[in-house]
Amino acid sequence: MSQEMTLDPAQGQLDKSPAKGAPKKRSQWLEVWHRLKRDKMAMLGLLIITLVVLAAIFADVIADYETVVIAQNLSDRLQGPSAQYWLGTDEFGRDIFARIIHGTRVSLMVGVLSVAIAIVMGGGLGAVAGYYGGKIDNVIMRVMDIFLAVPSILLAIAIVSALGANLMNLMLAIAISSVPTYARVVRASVLTIRDQEFIEAARAIGASDLRIIFRHIIPNCLSPVIVQGALGVAGAILSTAGLSFIGLGIQPPEPEWGAMLAGGRQYLRHAWHVTTFPGLTIMITILALNLLGDGLRDALDPRLKH
Amino acid sequence: MTEQANTQDLLSIEDLSIVYEVDGETTYAVNGLNITLKRGETLGLIGETGAGKTTTALGIMGLVPNPPGRVVSGKVVFDGEDLLQMPKEKMRGVRGNRISMIFQDPMTSLNPVMTVGEQIAEVILIHEGVSKKASFQKAGEMLEMVGIPAVRAGDFPHQFSGGMKQRVVIAIALACNPDLLIADEPTTALDVTIQAQVLDLMKDLKSRYNTAMILITHDLGVVAQVCDKVAIMYAGEVVESGDIRDVYENTKHPYTRGLFGSIPDLDHSVGRLNPIKGMMPDPTDPPSGCKFHPRCPDATATCAASEPAPVLTETGHVARCLMLQSMVEPTDVNRVQG
Ligand SMILES: Nc1ncnc2c1ncn2[C@@H]1O[C@H](COP(=O)(O)OP(=O)(O)O)[C@@H](O)[C@H]1O
Ligand code: SF4
Ligand SMILES: [Mg+2]
Repeated sequence: MSQEMTLDPAQGQLDKSPAKGAPKKRSQWLEVWHRLKRDKMAMLGLLIITLVVLAAIFADVIADYETVVIAQNLSDRLQGPSAQYWLGTDEFGRDIFARIIHGTRVSLMVGVLSVAIAIVMGGGLGAVAGYYGGKIDNVIMRVMDIFLAVPSILLAIAIVSALGANLMNLMLAIAISSVPTYARVVRASVLTIRDQEFIEAARAIGASDLRIIFRHIIPNCLSPVIVQGALGVAGAILSTAGLSFIGLGIQPPEPEWGAMLAGGRQYLRHAWHVTTFPGLTIMITILALNLLGDGLRDALDPRLKH
Repeated sequence: MTEQANTQDLLSIEDLSIVYEVDGETTYAVNGLNITLKRGETLGLIGETGAGKTTTALGIMGLVPNPPGRVVSGKVVFDGEDLLQMPKEKMRGVRGNRISMIFQDPMTSLNPVMTVGEQIAEVILIHEGVSKKASFQKAGEMLEMVGIPAVRAGDFPHQFSGGMKQRVVIAIALACNPDLLIADEPTTALDVTIQAQVLDLMKDLKSRYNTAMILITHDLGVVAQVCDKVAIMYAGEVVESGDIRDVYENTKHPYTRGLFGSIPDLDHSVGRLNPIKGMMPDPTDPPSGCKFHPRCPDATATCAASEPAPVLTETGHVARCLMLQSMVEPTDVNRVQG
């Protein structure tokens, strides 16, 4: 019988091609990458983000923190772009280019960490709500609704004001204010996945609830979370800048894009570059993240799979 | 009833009733169903869409979705124990281990982001208390057994055709060598040529491991080819059941006769189910008396009034029709039902 089966031409050949011996765990992500590569705008976004990440990593090589980034040099204040100061200097004579480069560190750290915290908290709550449904779902999602009823920036302002303005609290505030978003995204995709046949099949082999949630449901919810995460980093960077702009985020003299905007605000008429360059930096970074997020959404779209 | 139950029975479903309650409306999906099955036997469960076949299967597995589903009454005695009374934890140890289920659509019954090897290994890991490595080793062997090279264990479901996916599903179902395999229309979603291969494979494996099987299908040809016994379901009830040859050759119930066409013929081609005039009754408002009476060509006035009891036919199978009841002693015949 088994000989008969292996000789069977219909199945012996049909699907041979993908098998080249070694198990290829990553093939699914490779496919996503191949699709993403074809999206020019997403690749532009990825390129810009890569530059931002490199800037954050090599910031100290590009400009020294103590002597260039925070040291005041009042004789050179508010100078326009030149060969010496590529993007000009601010009201304390500090090199704006150097400050923007060092500013990537705070922005990226807050952006990535706050999104990570929000995904873990919101994703967990959303998964439990979606999987169990009923009362548990109701309680969790109503609490999320209450959070959502407060504009997230106001919520973040309230949290930072209550806990004090420092980096940790800033991240926490931004994370908490976006927890409901992730809870909703994860819950929605758990709801669609929960009713699929392979979940029933997992129950039919005796898998426990925990195993079903962690091994079967969550891995299938990753796509929308990744997309939301990319967009979420953009939102978090914007919130950081916003909170710093109104003085509730990163405190001077530490370089932060939003705080730089705030500092240059009074000189807008005669020293446009002080606000323009940090503003452009924020804009381009956000745009790049959104381009990548949109590209990822298309590349991960299950309807385009196979 | 219970004291009479044959101790050799692997599975004995007694008076099982299952409803779905949606928005205050009750769907009577399974109504007082009786089925028995011995070790190694294969039962074909036939019926139109909506007859309650899948719900019966889920009832055995303890997987009726609740809400909206609810088991109202009955017993599912498996190897001497009522599964419906079994604690949740213990029941998990039965599923996939002693009773396995194959779902209708192989395209959707595999997890798209796990390799097929991982998915076969998972059921072994859950039930056999072996190391991860040993479970993967066995997963490879199971793949070979269903005719897929073990090197493909690292591939994802979308890299396989429909027929091969169903082979993987079969490998998962049989990995822990269950006593009972429930296959819910396992070949409906496949091409005709592939259907035959998959069916052959199932037949071969189940006889090799002496696994009992409940095969849910629309296809009378499949039943004739694979099954020892047959049970015909209508509106949540078994209307005729017994040894397959007997039921095919001495068909008694008007519904079965309608399904088989005018001349049932086991040895020649028995094709698909014949369409029967009329519609399935609304399961939220089943007809009084015999549930088949609005469509039955032989119906009389009494059929709308009284419910037929199961009756043992002279050739030895069971049918539920008032026309038979007058001919045979109304004894308790549940135990010979199949
Ligand atoms: N999850 C559910 N919720 C509500 N009604 C259901 C559900 N599943 C099945 N039913 C109803 O139960 C009846 C029997 O369905 P099912 O067992 O799937 O029949 P079959 O498998 O024979 O086609 C049908 O009327 C169907 O609409
Ligand atoms: S009891 Fe009456 S309606 Fe029902 S199958 Fe028999 S003859 Fe038909
Ligand atoms: Mg069904």
